[in-house]
Amino acid sequence: MNYIEPHGHMVSRTTDCYERMALAGCQAICEPAFWAGFDRASADGFYDYFRQITEYEPKRAAKFGIKHFCWLCINPKEAEDLKLAEDVIALIPQFIDKPGVLGIGEIGLNKNSRNELAIFERHLQVAQDYDQLVLIHTPHLEDKLKGTHLIVQALKNFSKIKPERIIIDHVEEHTIDHVLDHGFWAGITLYPESKCTPHRAIDMLEHRHAERIWMNSACDWGVSDPLAVPKTMQAMRHRGWSSEMIQRVAWDNPRAFMGQCPKFSI
Amino acid sequence: MPDWTSPASVNLVDLGFMDSRSKLIDLAAFLDRVQRAGQEEDFRVQALKNALTLLSQDKPQRAKDVLLSFSDPSTEPIAKATMQGAIGAHKA
Repeated sequence: MNYIEPHGHMVSRTTDCYERMALAGCQAICEPAFWAGFDRASADGFYDYFRQITEYEPKRAAKFGIKHFCWLCINPKEAEDLKLAEDVIALIPQFIDKPGVLGIGEIGLNKNSRNELAIFERHLQVAQDYDQLVLIHTPHLEDKLKGTHLIVQALKNFSKIKPERIIIDHVEEHTIDHVLDHGFWAGITLYPESKCTPHRAIDMLEHRHAERIWMNSACDWGVSDPLAVPKTMQAMRHRGWSSEMIQRVAWDNPRAFMGQCPKFSI
Repeated sequence: MPDWTSPASVNLVDLGFMDSRSKLIDLAAFLDRVQRAGQEEDFRVQALKNALTLLSQDKPQRAKDVLLSFSDPSTEPIAKATMQGAIGAHKA
């Protein structure tokens, strides 16, 4: 069954991952800009990274018949350095019209600091100025609840960005209702250890009738599984889901959200 | 979604009991292990023990309540991030 991987950091994965994802039915991968696992020394590192995800990675994906799209930002883990963050944000306009760029992301918070919040709001201003979709990362583990509430609060100051053009990712049982009840889309991330297992994700999808929700592997350089989405689709079958409803979640939903950007076509 | 169709009824106990049993015994063994090692006062172990009390409640929102019990309850941004990772349980 075909599916979309709406959140995968393919710069960290091998060509074997592309091959296995293609064999599993993946038709498109969307790659948010993220933390490389270490702090970059200057904006030059981000310039090269933006070139990688806008120029090189789409070619690598195409070799396996997969379309590749991306999002641009400096992630919140590097946002404590305000000068670096401002330098990187200044790079975004020269990349924003590239064919595969869907919007600004994954922005958000990590440790819920004032500087992270300031840089999050700077990104939202760019998204508002350039009429871009927004993909938001919520903090990890014990920081997620507070960060999600701070993010939703901050978004209220950017009323020109419609909630249906914003997805707040990495929701769990204690944050999903807050996100969806404010009109935003929600992303469920399937990780082997942290975040969600397939069955917890399915519980949430059933609880919220799968409306305005996508699921993703967020595969990167850490403990993660690029096949987490098709494995969850298999678990959905075991849970009595029809093929049509699985397709709605794994294909129609991410397509509906990202299709709001005219550059997203599959 | 507007035209939501509920999944067909399946035996969820058949589907998940052995996995849950395994995870529960693993948790019990972990608590035994850290106690024998004299490490049970670690705030993360205490957070686990606190979360365990939430499993016996009647409402079907145990996962949510466990996650809430591990969460930072404060509401204001911190002055500066002093680390990049997260631990898994809030330390008061």
